[in-house]
Amino acid sequence: MARRKKKGRRGKEKIRAKKVIQAPKEELKRELKISAIDEGTVIDHIPTDATFKVVDILDLENHSGIVSIATNLQSKTIGRKAIIKVGGKSLTQSEVNKIAIVAPDATVNIIKNYDVREKIKVKTPDIIDNVVKCSNPVCITNNEQVPTKFYVLKKDPLKIKCHYCERSMGKEDIEII
Amino acid sequence: MEQLGGTVIGFSNANVTSIQKGESLWDTIKMTEQYADVIVIRHPLEGSARLAAEAASIPVINGGDGSNQHPTQTMLDLYTIQKTKNRLDGLHIGFVGDLKYGRTVHSLVIALSHFNPTFYFIAPDDLQIPESYTDELFQKKIKYFKTADLNRFAKELDVLYVTRIQKERFPDPLEYEKFKGIYRVDEQFLQNVKKDMKIMHPLPRVDEIDKSVDNTSHAAYFEQAANGIPVRKILLALVLGRIK
Repeated sequence: MARRKKKGRRGKEKIRAKKVIQAPKEELKRELKISAIDEGTVIDHIPTDATFKVVDILDLENHSGIVSIATNLQSKTIGRKAIIKVGGKSLTQSEVNKIAIVAPDATVNIIKNYDVREKIKVKTPDIIDNVVKCSNPVCITNNEQVPTKFYVLKKDPLKIKCHYCERSMGKEDIEII
Repeated sequence: MEQLGGTVIGFSNANVTSIQKGESLWDTIKMTEQYADVIVIRHPLEGSARLAAEAASIPVINGGDGSNQHPTQTMLDLYTIQKTKNRLDGLHIGFVGDLKYGRTVHSLVIALSHFNPTFYFIAPDDLQIPESYTDELFQKKIKYFKTADLNRFAKELDVLYVTRIQKERFPDPLEYEKFKGIYRVDEQFLQNVKKDMKIMHPLPRVDEIDKSVDNTSHAAYFEQAANGIPVRKILLALVLGRIK
């Protein structure tokens, strides 16, 4: 009984190419499978243009466990989305905070024994401490060893203002430290 | 400071300090505060004054941080407007020149936004007021216009704040060449303005205000510069707790 239940959950992890907009007819019949992970983290609802920023934030290039990335998937809430599955990794609060900046609608699912143990909706903070680099080359934070600090002016689309040089930055200027 | 009976320890060139040896601004401030009662900092990096204020336990006055802010200039600018126009409220104020890099403009726009002004930002697109300032004005529901044409709103203005195209702020000298001398306030321009319109300038000027304007009733820039002395004296006395 328990075994059947587990299988069902694994089934939920499948991402169906059927739902991808404008896919060729033959491809509609195919199914894109991303293997379920027994332990780790699934980050869902990532805007497609932020996919590789999340990869960078989590330093997944150097991760030794399984990493599955699916992008350009249809999402009811954000249009197109990406999902990243990382086997054998739990996120730190600092990593979750960083993801919130590039993917404000993301959900972080903590997987244990193929089961979603916890679902965390990331939240863009009002103040961003030492996560983002100031885009102003003559800002004191780019010339001295000073932790950066930004105030969030607008959450969607993200607009932040440097505590030191007072320059405001849009989503496109954001570079994670 | 010397006119107030104080003394000054300082330097005009950072090369004679430990900064040359790689000392951080934080450490320089930590050292300076051991010897001083107040620190006045003018620094090319933006946000330097705020960092200095965080490092110091004594008052820090921002004397200009890069292209960001110049708050003491703003205080004397407000004083000059009050003296010459007898009010600060509800004025139509034009800013012309380098509004992108002009820190005196940035600080004055924020300060005047508390007095229900109408702003006219006169600059080519590349030197226009940064979006962060217009965003703030929009939020505060303050009316503002942007134009590249100095004459377009000439008749509306109560004050015209003229700024120099600052050669030293341009990363590319060719860009400076493109904009230098673009605006000139002269007697011909004054034919189209209100009789009591005042012209201000943080000085030094290059060629943006013709010398012939100096002797007209519109010129307020030398009085403005002179106002810097009492305003900065008062500011020093205030932060040192000598007056309340």
